Amino acid sequence: MDERWFLGRDDLAVLVAVLRREHRVLAPQVRSGAIVLAELADVADLPWGVHDVTAPGRYRLEETDPHDRDDPDDVPAGRRAFDHAVGPQGLKPLTFAPREALWRSRRSSGGRLAFEAVVEPAPRTAVLGARACDLAALQLLDQHFSHREQPDPAFARRRRSLFLVAVDCARPAATCFCASTGDGPVAAFGYDLALAELDDGYVVRARSEAGSAVLDALRVRTATDAEVRRAERQGAAAAAAQHRRLPGGAVAGALLDRLDSPRWAAIAERCLSCGNCTAVCPTCFCHAEGDETLLDDPTCVEHCRQWDTCFAAGHSYLHGWVVRGDTRLRYRQWLTHKLDTWFEQFGRSGCVGCGRCLTWCPAGIDLLAELELLLDPSPQVEGEVERAGT
Amino acid sequence: MQGRDVVAARPGSCLPHEAEIVHRVQESSTIFSLYLRFTDPTVHAGFRYRPGQFTMLYVHGAGEVPISIVSDPEHEDLLVHTVNRVGRVTRALAALRSGDRLGVRGPFGHGWPLRQAEGQDVVIVSGGLGCAPAVCVINHLVRRRERFGRLTIVQKVRTVDEFIWPERYERWAALPDTTVLVASTRGAQDWRWQVSGRIAVLDDVRVPSARTVAFLCGPAGFMAAAARKLIDLGVPAHGVYLSTERNMQCGRGVCGHCQFGSLFLCQEGPIFPYPRLARLLDTEGF
Repeated sequence: MDERWFLGRDDLAVLVAVLRREHRVLAPQVRSGAIVLAELADVADLPWGVHDVTAPGRYRLEETDPHDRDDPDDVPAGRRAFDHAVGPQGLKPLTFAPREALWRSRRSSGGRLAFEAVVEPAPRTAVLGARACDLAALQLLDQHFSHREQPDPAFARRRRSLFLVAVDCARPAATCFCASTGDGPVAAFGYDLALAELDDGYVVRARSEAGSAVLDALRVRTATDAEVRRAERQGAAAAAAQHRRLPGGAVAGALLDRLDSPRWAAIAERCLSCGNCTAVCPTCFCHAEGDETLLDDPTCVEHCRQWDTCFAAGHSYLHGWVVRGDTRLRYRQWLTHKLDTWFEQFGRSGCVGCGRCLTWCPAGIDLLAELELLLDPSPQVEGEVERAGT
Repeated sequence: MQGRDVVAARPGSCLPHEAEIVHRVQESSTIFSLYLRFTDPTVHAGFRYRPGQFTMLYVHGAGEVPISIVSDPEHEDLLVHTVNRVGRVTRALAALRSGDRLGVRGPFGHGWPLRQAEGQDVVIVSGGLGCAPAVCVINHLVRRRERFGRLTIVQKVRTVDEFIWPERYERWAALPDTTVLVASTRGAQDWRWQVSGRIAVLDDVRVPSARTVAFLCGPAGFMAAAARKLIDLGVPAHGVYLSTERNMQCGRGVCGHCQFGSLFLCQEGPIFPYPRLARLLDTEGF
């Protein structure tokens, strides 16, 4: 078994101080009613005693009752810092920037063009509180952007700058289903350090040399068997507490067999085609390229890329017409890609079970309920539709 | 913005290279060809491509657009693109004149499997403006005529105006062991070719042997119907190649716009054997 260490609750600030020697430190904090990753000034700014209550189309923060624990052995000793699930964004914006310049075109007075690459800064960044689902998503983005003949330089630069401290989820939200996708709630890979939060401190494991080096600089002791057991029980309880499930391998190849299902039109009646789901999805990678003239230098144009969505008409624009002209076709494209053709591209589905697309859908569309109806072989599907839709 | 670096182009980077329009030909009211030379002689000499590949052409301030290369890499010094003026960027391209500069990124994708076609009969089918990439491959075959068997060239248009290079087809029709079939859905008074709808013109294609490959380009529905017809006529399904089109933006298989099922058309294609596309070809929304 990997070695487990114990970091006292009061020493979390020491961990942050050590990380800050070489990195800016991002950690979950409450901003505008949501828990987001932001630069951490003080461990007191972590969302102590706050958790997220979610449902399709709903996200609220609530104070946590410290006595409300599944684990009867755990001594409630106050509020925790990482007692929430996932906010609207995970690690995706840190590696695949929402908007960035790729190159510039400069036109001289004689009409000549000069092209220059733009290298955006990638400051060394430590994330305290990365979630297992987001680490799995990052691995998929790595596959897409980096594991290729010509790795994407902007992505690769940001990716190399990351130091990741995972924190296992102890309190999944109602929209979480990472246990069913095999991606959480306990981080299994992709981190430098991982913490399991107990009331009196953190059971710590290291997975990289960089992680071990940080550990060496901390006041940690070997975790006791009891502490390790508590952490493991907590992880198992967090998995068991998830009530939503993504059907496993049954999805591969199944959605392309259902392109003619009437369900797509039924979903499209509620879907606003807003693209929130693709913006919050930690694995959606589509981006559009375009030009922007610099206000301070009219001879210079920046060629930028920014996140795009398959729910926009422009995504499937093709010389004068739009391949996916309505919401039914766009939703179908999103879901068949994410849960079906993704298998062929990346060897697994594109869903890591974070539940963000449910939570942040303004129409409250429950991907899993829709999927169940789409995959249901029984002829009574139409009767079920109304219930799922209301 | 603060902290950014700007660095000059390095070979193999994702930057466009500047090219000059040496020559511009208006082929029809909306179609034009640009004959390009990279302004850096080293870039020009080192630019390698194969028939069927495409580039991203860049107009300063307007943006990029994927356009297939129609010149012959072994016989032409200039890089030629034939463009139809339909959208924002192609309108900006249409406004450029000889001597103007633009950017070229690429080449991208894989070309037609011409080596594999050697020694076989070849059928080339294009629909509408699909004829530009077809002309590229036809020129290639005609220049190396002895390496290939029977050559059948099929061009289908909706109206006679879409048939923009009649003299080339006349010339090819006079070549030995070569059949040229041209059809328009709507005819005209001096139209000397067929008048027939959809893919009826393919009824006249002869496929005497399974040692035949077919190269198709044109609208997806047209290609799908033509591919099925050619397979019925005896062309092996794996020998039917289709040139696909999507709104490619990066050319490197990362931006996601060219996805067709699980395929990234720009990087894995844009030319595919029929069986790889068959399941979703001509399916609404794909």
